[in-house]
Amino acid sequence: MNKTGLIAKHEFLVNIKRKAFLILTLAFPVLALLVILAGQVVAGLAKPSAEIETIGYVDETGSFGINTAPGKIILVGYESQDNALKALLDKEIKEYFVIPQDYISNGIIQRYTLSRELEPGGDAITVVRDFLLSNLLEGKASPEVIARVQSPLNMVNTLLTDTGEVASNQGGFAGFIIPYIFSMLLLMSIFFSSGYLLQGLGDEKENRVMEILLSSISSRQLLAGKVIGLGAAGLAQVVVWLISAQFLVKIASSTWGNIIGNLQVPVDFLALGIIYFILGYLLFAVLMAGVGAISPTARDGQSISTLFTLAGIAPLWFMAFIIENPDHLLSQILTIFPITAPVTVMIRLGITQIPMWEIAVSIGVMVFAIIGCFTMAAKLFRTYLLMYGKRPGIREIVHSFRSA
Amino acid sequence: MLSVEVNHITKVYGTRAVVDDVSFTVNPGEILGLIGPNGAGKTTTIRMMMDIIKPDYGDIKILGEKINQNTKNLIGYLPEERGLYRKMNVIDSIIYFASLKGMDSQTARQRSNDLLKRVDMLPHKNKKVEELSRGMGQIIQVIVTVIHDPKLIILDEPTAGLDPVNAQLLKDMMVELRNRGKSVIMSTHRMNEIEELCDRVLMINRGQVVLYGGLAEIKSKFRNNSVIVEYDSDPGDITGVIRRNDLKHGVELVLDATTTPQQILERLVNKGVKVNRFELSTPSLNDIFIKVAGNGRE
Repeated sequence: MNKTGLIAKHEFLVNIKRKAFLILTLAFPVLALLVILAGQVVAGLAKPSAEIETIGYVDETGSFGINTAPGKIILVGYESQDNALKALLDKEIKEYFVIPQDYISNGIIQRYTLSRELEPGGDAITVVRDFLLSNLLEGKASPEVIARVQSPLNMVNTLLTDTGEVASNQGGFAGFIIPYIFSMLLLMSIFFSSGYLLQGLGDEKENRVMEILLSSISSRQLLAGKVIGLGAAGLAQVVVWLISAQFLVKIASSTWGNIIGNLQVPVDFLALGIIYFILGYLLFAVLMAGVGAISPTARDGQSISTLFTLAGIAPLWFMAFIIENPDHLLSQILTIFPITAPVTVMIRLGITQIPMWEIAVSIGVMVFAIIGCFTMAAKLFRTYLLMYGKRPGIREIVHSFRSA
Repeated sequence: MLSVEVNHITKVYGTRAVVDDVSFTVNPGEILGLIGPNGAGKTTTIRMMMDIIKPDYGDIKILGEKINQNTKNLIGYLPEERGLYRKMNVIDSIIYFASLKGMDSQTARQRSNDLLKRVDMLPHKNKKVEELSRGMGQIIQVIVTVIHDPKLIILDEPTAGLDPVNAQLLKDMMVELRNRGKSVIMSTHRMNEIEELCDRVLMINRGQVVLYGGLAEIKSKFRNNSVIVEYDSDPGDITGVIRRNDLKHGVELVLDATTTPQQILERLVNKGVKVNRFELSTPSLNDIFIKVAGNGRE
């Protein structure tokens, strides 16, 4: 194995044994499993009771006689409000409503209940509305028309491509949620992996191991080995998450069958997700390596790296805007700017078809940024890895880019 | 073939040349002492030899080749700022660093066990580095330095922090390496160790070579024409002696330019003085260091 490979192997093994890495890797599947199990428990508790509810009504107009309530809810007519109130207080009915004489002119229905509630229950409203509609249209329309009036819209959306074909990714909630979760995981994995790199460099500086390493390998080999080793650890983490997601989806589909059943990860999304994970990680890793080289300790490095982290999560600040305007100029800029590209692309992929040229430019810019940052980080490595105790100024750093 | 050829190397930081036109060589089977005051440029010179930093001018050849990844494998380096991975155990640390020098892990494990046994540290091989004392950690680092049987060994302050027993162990190891034809460069502030171990000395001050050569040659260069004598009775005036300096044991006789120590011995014997001790007065390396470094400071 060459020396870069040896460093990469060492970094991989050291980091997958870190407690923080293990906790983070297992936290996502465990937490997701807990949420699913909790959901199943809640769903079990919230199952509609088989008990039949009774709702009373008082028809002061004398023209609402057709009872359309389904079997679960029974509508019982009362001749007067006093009778209805007595039935309510005696718990014979859950609630009652009054159709006043002037209902036709103003549409006001008075509802009485003993329950404190923010809004009336959805089932009760539907039942009352259907009851009113059926009676209002009685003799004026066929039962089919009445049924359509009661439920006039059942929209099925189909997203087309620019050429008029049915798009492979139909978007919507299901199409959005996976990219959203994936982008969050991607972001976490990128930041944690590159953060480990920063911490590792700080530790090696503090442990004074750096000079021994550099007596055996070049600064470029050291940098490349660290980036590859930690990247492999990050990728392993994502793979664990993806594999566990398959099992989690199976478990979850028993609770949220319809929603989960619609969750499909398009192939192009997966492929781009992996490409952007690798590119995003490489970019942040070389940036963190540069920060690590000029920082005397791991803690010092973390304060500088926060700037890059904030820039990396910038797309999340603009998330609402990007979702509303996925093809806006700002969304395009965030797609092409290398630090914000990975997360922006993940968000946009869930809701729109990103033009190929944008993807190509975005990937191209990222590759150039990685090469440029790697070259600069290697120069900083060579110059500053053995400087302990002080951080160089901006002027010194610029000088080192020219002279290293 | 020379083990090291350093030709006119210069390293400038800002406007200051921390190493200024330094040249020297190291022969096989030789220990070269590298001395100089703090900040003289010793560590920068060593780091340029290790290709950790690049010289702005000049070139360096190690074992006949310009320094490259292969030549790095032939060098064992113990830096002044040394450390190990604190959470790793001893044997894994040694094997990891040996693998970076191109050794396969099986050979590295075998040799690690041999070296640990030799320094009585075999029972500690599965301990974490952080569990070791500082001195023990330093011995492990010496093992890391020589595990791959390098042809050139560079040691920066090797005995600093070691107790006398371990310091002697390390010195014995250096002599053994020299006897096996290895070249050793030892940077230290302990002049007695240089006198004890080194064949030649290179002194750098303010980035420049101020002393370079065999120990005897340097001492003779700094020797004033004087002898140290212990005798039973005062001989009175002696022809050729221009000054007497009383010492705790004996007296230093400073001779004029035309008188030799042999002549003084003859004159003392002729005077019937019983001479208990007669030796050429040569300055210690420490004296020479102070003199040279002091001159540089003025």
